[in-house]
Amino acid sequence: MCLALPARVIDIDATRQHGTVDMGGVRKQVSLALLDEVQLDDYVIVHVGYALTRLDQDEARQTLALFAQMAADEQPSAP
Amino acid sequence: MKYVSEFRDPQLAQQLAQAMANEVHPDRLYRFMEFCGGHTHALARYGVLDLLPSQVQMIHGPGCPVCVLPIGRIDMAIEVARRPGVILASYGDTLRIPASKGLSLMGARAQGADVRVVYSVDDALQLARTWPDREVVFLAIGFETTTPPTAVAIQTARREGLRNFSVLCNHVLTPAAMHAILDQPEPVALDGLVGPAHVSTIIGSRPYEVFASDYHLPVVIAGFEPLDVMQAVLMLIRQVNEGRAEVENEFTRAVNREGNARAIALTDEVFALRDQFEWRGLGSMPHSALRLGDRYADMDAELRFALSTRVVPDHPRCECGPILRGHKRPQDCVLFGTICTPDQPTGACMVSSEGACAAHYRYGRHQADEVAA
Repeated sequence: MCLALPARVIDIDATRQHGTVDMGGVRKQVSLALLDEVQLDDYVIVHVGYALTRLDQDEARQTLALFAQMAADEQPSAP
Repeated sequence: MKYVSEFRDPQLAQQLAQAMANEVHPDRLYRFMEFCGGHTHALARYGVLDLLPSQVQMIHGPGCPVCVLPIGRIDMAIEVARRPGVILASYGDTLRIPASKGLSLMGARAQGADVRVVYSVDDALQLARTWPDREVVFLAIGFETTTPPTAVAIQTARREGLRNFSVLCNHVLTPAAMHAILDQPEPVALDGLVGPAHVSTIIGSRPYEVFASDYHLPVVIAGFEPLDVMQAVLMLIRQVNEGRAEVENEFTRAVNREGNARAIALTDEVFALRDQFEWRGLGSMPHSALRLGDRYADMDAELRFALSTRVVPDHPRCECGPILRGHKRPQDCVLFGTICTPDQPTGACMVSSEGACAAHYRYGRHQADEVAA
């Protein structure tokens, strides 16, 4: 039940309460009632038909950079 | 950025595993509870457990909403579904939860009850609009992630004057369950907690600070992708090694300290705390669940249909209770994989793919086989 996927917002209706998201090619109507100021092309986490939160691209990049840094620090030892 | 594939890179996973192996102290055990069923699922599905050092032991927590719903509440849903004129709308996961007398919602449907699976509470609202002469009852379950959508639906029904829509409310609270785990008479020994991903998008990271300060327990909030979970475990290992107990956030791309203010306000507006609520495995806990607030009492299915809960014991040999409390593992249950399987579950932990038993059945059994060999 908690399984939820990041999805890209590709359409927002005039009331801004609903929108269409793209999840890897699958399009779905979702409620945007829980979020302020959703913009086209934002990524949101969709759960039971509702966008719960926006995903922050800068933070995501920083997390990935952290992984990459770790990879640089922790090269597997040579056999 | 797709926010998925980047967080599943197998080479980075190997390197994170190497970092963990380098940093664990060889002569101590690191016992971390993943509270959330989503993490249980990710750990099993992506083989993360195989990548962790042998010193790290993951303990499954009670964060699967299907698993913690006790039999009495399913019986209540079945009872209302069988009333003439009622349509019971439910998320799909709940249909196979075993109830009393060998029944389930799916069984009740086979006997003629009108039980419909919905993907979203909005679909339940649509049923109410489509069938004005029927009573549509939404079986609301879940932690803080599914609660705000239920609140939106209740307000929408009020605004539209939908009089045939009501909610059988089983929404439960994550921090209360965490307190229950840590305050058990014989608490399971824990060195850290992997904090929920999506629940935290709503409530923020602040509600976990009490566990770091009062219980000296490190907490790392983690996303649901495999690299997220591995990074969180590494962060927990470091806290333990350095003697720290803090709330850290690995999932900064989606979670902040304050949470989703709009969702929290909606929840506060529509719901009220229950004095007591019965959880499977954890027993009755004060202030651990929500009911509809007094302003919305006319949409509370328990009041509208005069329903009452009975406490029904689990199957005598089912170990869901001790598993949910972190005391036992799925493979410790004599029913596991024999009488109790995902196709024919005896206990709730085998029902949802996020249940500890279902995750272990689907993905984890080879580990036990390897150990045995």
